[in-house]
Order: sequence, then C-alpha cells, then structure tokens
Amino acid sequence: MRFTRTKAVIATAGLALSLAACGNAGEDSEGVDVQADENAASSFDDGTRMKEIADAGTINVGVKFDQPGLGFNETGSDMPTGFDVDIAKILVASLGIDPDDTSKVKYVETISDNREPFLQEGKVDLVLASYSITDERRQVVGQTGPYMLTGQQLLVPEDSDAEGPEDLQGKEVCSVTGSTSLENAKAQGMKPVGFDTYSQCVDKVLDGTVEAMTTDGTILAGYAAQNEGQLKVVGDPFSEERIGVGYSKDYPEMCQWINDTLEKANEDGTWAEAFEANLGASGVETPDFPELDPCE
Amino acid sequence: MDAVIESLPDVFKAFGYTVLLFLVSGTLSLIGGTLLVAMRVGPIAILNKAGAAYVTLVRNTPLLAVFFFFSFAAPRIGINFRWVDVHIGTFDFTSFFSTAVVALTLYTSTFVCEALRSGVNAVPLGQAEAARAIGLPFGGVMSQVVLPQAFRASVPPVASALIALLKNTSVAAVFGVIEATSQMKSLTNNNADERWGIFLAFAIGYVVLVELVSLAAGTLERRWRIA
Amino acid sequence: MASAVLFDSPGPKTAARHRIYTVVAAVVLMLLVAWVLKRLNDAGQFAYELWEPFVTPNIMQAIGEAWLDTLSMAGLSVLGALVFGVVFGVAKLSDHRPVRWASWLVVEFFRAVPVIMLMIFAFYAVFNSMSIERGAYWSVVLALTVYNGAVLAEVFRAGINALPKGQAEAAYAIGMRKSQVMNIVLLPQAVKIMVPAIISQMVVALKDTSLILIVFGVGLTKILKQLPLSFNNLVPTTIVIALLYIVTNLVLTAIASYAQKKFVGEKEMLKVSMVGEADQNQSAATF
Repeated sequence: MRFTRTKAVIATAGLALSLAACGNAGEDSEGVDVQADENAASSFDDGTRMKEIADAGTINVGVKFDQPGLGFNETGSDMPTGFDVDIAKILVASLGIDPDDTSKVKYVETISDNREPFLQEGKVDLVLASYSITDERRQVVGQTGPYMLTGQQLLVPEDSDAEGPEDLQGKEVCSVTGSTSLENAKAQGMKPVGFDTYSQCVDKVLDGTVEAMTTDGTILAGYAAQNEGQLKVVGDPFSEERIGVGYSKDYPEMCQWINDTLEKANEDGTWAEAFEANLGASGVETPDFPELDPCE
Repeated sequence: MDAVIESLPDVFKAFGYTVLLFLVSGTLSLIGGTLLVAMRVGPIAILNKAGAAYVTLVRNTPLLAVFFFFSFAAPRIGINFRWVDVHIGTFDFTSFFSTAVVALTLYTSTFVCEALRSGVNAVPLGQAEAARAIGLPFGGVMSQVVLPQAFRASVPPVASALIALLKNTSVAAVFGVIEATSQMKSLTNNNADERWGIFLAFAIGYVVLVELVSLAAGTLERRWRIA
Repeated sequence: MASAVLFDSPGPKTAARHRIYTVVAAVVLMLLVAWVLKRLNDAGQFAYELWEPFVTPNIMQAIGEAWLDTLSMAGLSVLGALVFGVVFGVAKLSDHRPVRWASWLVVEFFRAVPVIMLMIFAFYAVFNSMSIERGAYWSVVLALTVYNGAVLAEVFRAGINALPKGQAEAAYAIGMRKSQVMNIVLLPQAVKIMVPAIISQMVVALKDTSLILIVFGVGLTKILKQLPLSFNNLVPTTIVIALLYIVTNLVLTAIASYAQKKFVGEKEMLKVSMVGEADQNQSAATF
C-alpha cells in the first residue's frame, strides 16, 4: 500500500509537471490559437456595447485563477489558461482585440462571490468563470450560453464501493468553499467539508481522510485521469450545471453577439479544439456542443 | 439579523464546535506547555536547547502554516487522524476536528510554555535560595516553594494564551471544521444584504466567550492570590 | 529565576545520570528527525522536480514580490495600528467619562474578535468593490490595523501610566495645558519606550497576514495556495513558505532587541501580548 502510494505521488507529480510544462499558452501549443478579427469594429452597429469595446480596443474579462483546466494562472505568469479562458479569447478576438495581448485584455481574477458585483459595476465586461446559469443570477446580470454542460459527480478511491450519494449518506465529502457543490452535497444527505482548492480535496481523498469529493464532472475527470488507478469518477450527475457567459444587464445586445460567436466557434471547430486542449487531455471525450439559450 | 435567527440551531452548533475546540486544545496545551517548560528549566542541556528551538520555531510560524502541515504534509508521512471517528449527539469528531486540535495544541503549547516560564521567573531568587538553605532537595524546592508561586504568577499570562487560543480556533474554518467563523462566512455569502448584522451577532458571540474565559481567570487569580 | 538556583551543581553520580539522559534524549530527537525525513523521502517529497520551482527565476521573483506584499501589509497595518493605538490609548486616559468608556468599548471589541472574522468582514463589506487582490490586501491591512491598534492602545495607556508622575506634574507646574503635557512631555517618552514593542508587534502582524486565505490568497499565502496547483508540491511549498515567515520574523525580533538596547537600555522590553492576548486582568504592558 505504502509502495503504491509513494509511486502514485511521484506519478502524480510527474503528471502535474507534464501538464504544467505545456501550460504556458501563447508560447506553447496548449489552448487554442485565435487570431483577432481585423475588421471587427466595422461589423457592429453603432451604439452597441460591442462597437464601443471594439473601438476602445480594450476589454476586461473575469476568469478564475485557481482552477486548472478551466481558469488557472500559474505563479509567475500573467496569462491565465484553461477552457473558460479559451472561450473568452474567442469572444475577445471576435471584437478585433488580440486576446494574448495583456495590455489590451485584462484578465481579472474573480471568485464566486464577486462575479455579479463586478458585472453590475462594470469592472468586467464579461465573466467566464465556471459561471452556472441560474434564475437568481439572471435577475441581476445577463447570462447566456451555456457553452458547457456539466453535472456534479463524485470522485472516490479506486477501491471504493460507493456508487452515488446514496452510498455516502452522513459521510464526509470534500468540496471547495463558496461553491454550490457544498450545498448540493448537503441536500443529498452527505456531510460537506469545505477546503480552499480542489487539489486540496484531491489530497484528502488520496490520503483517505474523506471518502469522496464532489464537484463538476469535468473537473473530476481531470483528476481521475491524473491519478489513474487511484481515483475514479462515479455516479450519475446529481445536479445540472449549465456553464455560461456573464455580461451586464445594461447591454442586452451582447447576448446575441455571444451566442453567434459561440455558434461560430462550434461550427469551425475551435470550441471542440479548446475543450480537447484543456479538458480532453484527461481522457474525457469531447461532448456535443450544448444548445444555446435564445436571447430575448 | 433574520438570517442568524433563522439558522439559530446551526449557529449554536457552530459555537459549540468553537468551545469544544477551545476546551480540548486548551487542556492539551496546558499539558504540552508544562512539558515544554520542564524541558526548558530542567538540567538536561540538550532538552533545554530542543525545547528552546521548538518554541522559537513554532512561535514564529503562522498558525495557518502549522495547520497546513498537519492537514496536508503529515498524512504523507503517515501521520493522520482518520482513526478518530467519534459522534456525540449531532457533533462529529473526525479527522478534521482532531487535526485542528493537534495544530492548535502544538502552537498554543509554546505560548503556554513562555507564560509558565515567565511565572517561574517571577518568583524572587531569594525564595529558592531560602528553600535550599533550609535543606530542601530539588524536588522539594520545586514542589513546595517555587512551583506554587510560579503557578499563581502565571495565571494572567496563561489566561492570555488561552484567550488567544479561543480566537485562534477560527483558523480551523479554513480546514474543514464548521465552527463559528466558518458558519458566519457561509451565512454572509448567502445573505449578502445582512452582512453587518451577521458579523455583529458572531462578534458578540466571541466577545461573550472571551469575557467568560477572562472572568474565570480573574476569579482564579483572586482566589489564589497570596495574601 | 536562574535555573542554577533550582538544583545543586550535579555531583559525579548525578552528572553521570545526566549524561545518560542527554544521550538518550539526543538519540530520541535524532531518531524523530530521521524518521520524519525518511518518511518524506519515501513519499518522494525530496524529488528535485518538486523543489525546482524555488530556484526557477520567474517563480522566485513571484515569491519575492509576494514576500514584499506580505511585509508591506504587515508594515502598513502596524503604522495604522500605531495611529489607532495612540488615539485610543490617549482616549482611554481622557478626563471625560463617555470618551473613556467609548474607547474602552472599541478597544475591548477589537481585541476579542478573531482577526480572521475581521478580515472576512472587511473583504465582503468594506472593500468589496475593489479588484479582488487589492481588496484582499486592504482587508488584511484594515483588520490588522484595528486589531493590533487595540492591542497597542492598551500598551500605550500602560506606557503613559508607567512614566514617573513627576513628569506630568512638572509640566503642569510650568503652566502647560493638558494637551501640551500629553503631546510635548508624555507621548514622546511613551513612544520611545514603545519602539521595540512596536517592532515585535510586527511579528504578530506578519504571521496574521496569512489568515486572509479564508477568502483569498494574497502575499505569501497566495504562493501557498497557487504554486502546488502547478507542481503538486504542497509539502515543499509549505516548508519554504513557513521558513520565509520564520526567517523574516527572526530578523524582526533581532531588530527589536537591537532597538530595545538602543532606545530603552537594558530595561526589560515592554511586553506586547502575542497573537491576540487580551488579558483584561492586568494591563498588557508591564515593566
């Protein structure tokens, strides 16, 4: 047991490293390489927010900095990487702004608590930060998409018999504080334990402190692949998360532009490319592009 | 305040965890601090140095880092608290609670040690000299003359260390224990418009606990005061 | 009390026994250290890849910047705490009862509430419209300012009270007004003897900056949170960051004792309670 764990730790380290090694988007191959649309500014109607941004040539985008695979900023780097970030880049590029030029695109770190206020106060123009579309949020901000569907699942040790929340009633299950995953876990009869990052939770599952961790299946699949033979994802999703793009309610015209751009990214394959580059390495099959909500 | 009142059972339970963390780690810290101070004033030079090194090291480390060690590093070297699995009523005492107790105890012990040491130092030299002069051996000097006085003199600083511990239990919120601070954080996240009220309610909870501890310390100090 | 007074100089038998104890203790301690190192080694924690980031230039630079952030948060909050401490310390000595009571209430409140709660509150309710990193930074500064300020207020009050009575009496005798007595005679002397205490309060502040992790990592805590995400090196990162804190604190402590010698002479240092000691039984400052 000890031997395997030691090996596993080294293997994990190696994997993380190899992931990290190709993690410098912009210089290396990871992530999609999107080019700014040269004549974007002329394609938008006057008076729209898109036209304003395109003319100004600068934009602020809220992304996560601490979620490898979705939105992650490596220590010592000023360019975040991940699926959310790549989708953001596609949107930014369609406005004629070079998404890799950090003097023009400011990737602002957002956490669960500040996404709505930042949009309402105009501190960011777009939010792509594993932002689930919910009715409550739509009351205060604009949300469209989804560009990814995911559901909450469980990550358990390979030798665990648990097959779903029903096998973990009253058991401690790890997730990240400030996320809806914790509340869902509680609603499912499990005892949620909150930690700071997902990798800390993975640690807790690996060392046997908790029997499972729970969050979006896409994130879990990545960890399962990193720790092959040690961890596995089980159970049907017991919640549905529709990950979308957040924008300010003051500019409803942005909705159609976002939808069109996402649709285009689906058709020309950049969406699938982004998924594979960021989440596909973990052995997850690229899903179908989700159906977009219509704009009002 | 509505949010606090609605979830009053949860709030009380959270403060229950705070108090339990305090009582368990407080008791263990008193024991640990006494052991450390014995190492530091005893005649074995190497234990002296080891004790001093430990105290210096831990006192200058953020409590959060101590928690990090026992949460993440210790399991990798085979120190874990998975075997702790006690449930009393609605309270769960599992690895998270025990990890918090261990981190808090190892940290607070150094402060208790220093407090006790200042107590020993507060006993006038003449007391020990006089005790020696009437022929008491080391054990007698310590148990009959020095320690009783040192113990009294160190009530206020030890109380300070324990009050600090009471407040430091809040760090467990970062490491999976749903005590008062953790509960406050989730309440404010869900009821953003009531932040001031929620904060005040929990702050008062802590103030009351702190006052209780210092009241108890004050009573002890008066009772044990040398006339 | 010198421990030498507590026991006789050991005779030959006792000395021999002590030697045995020493050897046993040394062996036990060494075994303990060796065991920890071995287990870490078994777990592959000494693999070069896990430590490589700490000698990688851009990451070293990031750690350096984070360290400066931590240091400046602690520094700013101690400066703020000084102002807070002077104001409330003096207010606690006011001749007006309401002023005295109000400042007592404020000081007691901030000494009793955990710093981590103050940080959470500042982060969500005070600096919530700043960029998140700035918000976290200023939350740390504010929370530590009011907390350490409350501690220093108590030190200050005691410091002024500890000055010889004759100082104030002489000042009144030559016709100074109340504010002049405080500002020209009492405060300068109190501040002078407080200098080392202020520096050692910085040690407390420096350690407490890490608590912001509950809402967001900033300064060295950010490294603690983010670096292991890239390199899966939680154990090495924790060790390196903890060492950074310890070394910084030891340097600060050394400065404090130097300052004590220079400003106060050999007198015992003003005791500032560590990490939130709020002893209401006796004043926090004793000579």
